[in-house]
Amino acid sequence: MGGVGAPAETARRWQTVIGLEVHVELATRSKMFCRCSTAFGAPPNTQVCPVCLALPGSLPVPNRRAIELALRAALALRCEIDPDCRWDRKNYHYPDLPKGYQITQYARPLGRGGELTFAGAGGASRTVRIRRLHMEEDTGKSTHEGMPGGATGVDLNRAGVPLIEIVSEPDLRGPEDARLYLQALRLLLLYAGVSDVRMEEGSLRCDANVSLRPAGSSELGALVEIKNMNSFRSVQRALEYEEGRQAAALDAGERIARETRHWDERRGITFPSRSKEEAHDYRYFPEPDLGAVGLAPAFIEDTRRSLPELPADRQARYEALGLPGYDAGVLVADPALAAYFDRMLRAGAAAREGAALLSVELLGRLNAAGIGVDSPECRVHPEQLAALQGLIASGSISGKIAKDVLDEMLATGSDPSVVVQRKGLQQISDQGAIGEAARAAIAANPQSVADYRAGKKQAADFLVGQVMKATRGKANPGLVREAIARELG
Amino acid sequence: MDVAPYEWPAHQVRRALAAGQVSARKVAESALRRIDEVEPAVGAFLHLRAREDVLADADAVDAAIARGATLPPLAGVPAAIKANMCMRGVPASCASRVLEGFVPPYDATAVGRLRAAGAVILGATNMDEFAMGSSTEHSADHVTRNPWDLGRVPGGSSGGAAAAVAAGEATIALGSDTGGSIRQPAAFCGTVGLKPTYGRVSRYGLVAFASSLDQIGPLTRDVRDGALVLAAIAGADPADATCAAEPSPDYEAALRRDCRGLRAGLPVELLGGGTAPEVRSSVMAAADLLAELGAEVDECSLPTVPYALDAYYVIAPAEASSNLARYDGVRYGRRAAGAADYVEMFGRTRGEGFGPEVRRRIMLGTYALSAGYYDQYYGRALQVRTRICQDFEAALARFDVLVGPTTPSPAFAFGEKTADPLQMYASDVCTVAVNLAGLPALSLPCGFHNGLPLGLQVIGRAWDEETVLRVAFAFEQAADLTRRRPPLLGAGRMGG
Ligand SMILES: [Zn+2]
Repeated sequence: MGGVGAPAETARRWQTVIGLEVHVELATRSKMFCRCSTAFGAPPNTQVCPVCLALPGSLPVPNRRAIELALRAALALRCEIDPDCRWDRKNYHYPDLPKGYQITQYARPLGRGGELTFAGAGGASRTVRIRRLHMEEDTGKSTHEGMPGGATGVDLNRAGVPLIEIVSEPDLRGPEDARLYLQALRLLLLYAGVSDVRMEEGSLRCDANVSLRPAGSSELGALVEIKNMNSFRSVQRALEYEEGRQAAALDAGERIARETRHWDERRGITFPSRSKEEAHDYRYFPEPDLGAVGLAPAFIEDTRRSLPELPADRQARYEALGLPGYDAGVLVADPALAAYFDRMLRAGAAAREGAALLSVELLGRLNAAGIGVDSPECRVHPEQLAALQGLIASGSISGKIAKDVLDEMLATGSDPSVVVQRKGLQQISDQGAIGEAARAAIAANPQSVADYRAGKKQAADFLVGQVMKATRGKANPGLVREAIARELG
Repeated sequence: MDVAPYEWPAHQVRRALAAGQVSARKVAESALRRIDEVEPAVGAFLHLRAREDVLADADAVDAAIARGATLPPLAGVPAAIKANMCMRGVPASCASRVLEGFVPPYDATAVGRLRAAGAVILGATNMDEFAMGSSTEHSADHVTRNPWDLGRVPGGSSGGAAAAVAAGEATIALGSDTGGSIRQPAAFCGTVGLKPTYGRVSRYGLVAFASSLDQIGPLTRDVRDGALVLAAIAGADPADATCAAEPSPDYEAALRRDCRGLRAGLPVELLGGGTAPEVRSSVMAAADLLAELGAEVDECSLPTVPYALDAYYVIAPAEASSNLARYDGVRYGRRAAGAADYVEMFGRTRGEGFGPEVRRRIMLGTYALSAGYYDQYYGRALQVRTRICQDFEAALARFDVLVGPTTPSPAFAFGEKTADPLQMYASDVCTVAVNLAGLPALSLPCGFHNGLPLGLQVIGRAWDEETVLRVAFAFEQAADLTRRRPPLLGAGRMGG
């Protein structure tokens, strides 16, 4: 937690209000306005051309694929789409901003008025309104690393990489909510195929606006913008720190200054940045090099229809199949896992039992081995796991034997029926054979029989155990229990 | 042949080459000799390509002819390019110190198309710095002199291009027109200058001044050449999102010797109080000639046009302030030496690199876009622009073309307007509205006053360069003025 905790009584006195501005890099192969590659990690200034270097005379040409992905994101967030949305220029000077302006959308963004519903702090369902979603281009990077004599180097590989910015309304009420919103947003964009959303590679970046107000008030306090939060955890930590800092200041009767602060991950504090960005006049005006984006209604509808099932719908579907909310959530949170589960369902697995087999038994083993369900090293296919679940359900093998079968399946890639047959693990459900084994156990353990007759009913358990031992665990435990009771009866 | 090839129009070069009467090398040598002769007096060029490179291009045309290849439309035609268009390997300085040393690694689309059409490029022509000016006096390098009177300006900002064509140094030239920068120098230098419909010619590789107004177009000896060059450079370009997919017709086929069935409007606002009497009388005479040629001529009104200059001098500087932000010394061009940090380097590079007119417009534009002033200036100017478009639309619903003067006066003397920027801006009064409306317009000679050419402006409907060219051609053939040549150094001949 942050250096300054928020004492309980303070928490009652102040309400935290948070809005997030999230930048997401779109999963395109080329940049927003030129054909240069967007691949991560290339040597500096190797993915550049006259357009993204801002050579005199060069002109931007919008990337249709980027627009389509941005539209997918806007639709997934239930935004109202502006088919006639425009481009604007945001003017400011910085060495890594080659044109001296950024092409963005200001007056007419692609989407407005969306919403995202997710499980907030404590599992309660929360809906955050999306104020706007717009497209823009990324800037380059300034660096001092490896530069002689304190010089600044500029790498323009990132300049022009397509981004969307998603601005929420100030609907979040705490740091944990903010983190959960961000994670839900990430999952939604992943499902919609909009972005790789890798926070560590900078393909998802988040700034937060935080203010505190007296509990019960509906006015917003002085807004503080927090930047440089580079992981989901640091978002929550930074906001917890900031919440505490502002509460302590307000408790002490101080005023909160409207400012931009940077999160220092190592020291666990926010500090005021000396950035000139505040009070900056960006002199927005319509980008004269580009016409309206021009989204045909049919294109918007086709894109809407092409959206896959999104996390909330999948969660609802799993719950309708009888999965507890938490279990469904575990599957939905990992698109590869959910896809695996869906294939199991298609192969006929029972939802609840199949989910348990997948997320407890298979996943437990895979996690221990550091293998993903969608990795080729995972030798158990969803159809095979579904078949294993079927063997348990039909009573062909016990749940206990199933674990051994699964180990063998993982090691060999064999179908469960093949493993069962090869190893002779078929469950014994033959009444005659079980009756015979029960009689043998009774004959061999007169003392237990005497105990049972004397009223020690648990003596029967011992006899059942003896039968299971004699059949090396293959006997159907239910039938064994019945047989013992019958013979003793 | 009694006239040297440097005086021929492009269509004559093509005919002579096709007939085997001349070689492309001979045409190029003639142009180069003419440049040697008159360039010291005229100063049309900022950069001339090496003689052997020019001749090698001409030889390539001759070799193609020898192979029996089909002659491209501008084969062997000596061409000059305004120094704000990128040509691979030729400095594109925009007549600015801030772009010193910048050599583009790529060709502008229009330049590439001109090359593909067989033109032999001579070099880059002088201009007002970043195309901001109406006299070419704002070049950071040198002034260009009007071939008709070396004491007068050639107009601007494409002054070098117009002077080169008028002086016989280049057969054709490409200029750019943001508020009249092709038409006004064409009028001052007695050439034909055509600003196409906005979006007709790709702007890719044209160094931006005001992106929503800039358009590349030809400066030529006659109207037929204008049609030829436009046909070569027009058409969709995937590298320019504002370049239209509109098909480019055969402009040469549109040329006819009469105006029968056409209606021509005379907007009274273009002949306002500031118009010199000789300009007014020559435009009225031109209107009479058009009527004789079969056109129905009548007065009309463009009520918002008097506000065009005000709107233009908000919109163009606003866009320029943003377009010129990239000249920061980081990636190319000039970089101020010895600066301690980026802010200092940026400030000093721009302070040293931009001339006073460019600095003035950057400041004007920055102010017009500032928070709190946007609605009052830029927003207001956009509203005026919309009204101007509506005015033109209404007038062009009644008329096929509108005609008027290109400039309120003939070429002025050096220094006459440099002291007062507003005076200089006022010389664009007849041309800027056309850019705001994005329409095609052509200037061609319609008379002479004290030995100085006067220009007639023909404005057409969007995408209808054909009718503009047809009217201009009919007028040109009847008036027989475009064959007059300036009485310049060793070129005493008049006509052919
Ligand atoms: Zn690029």
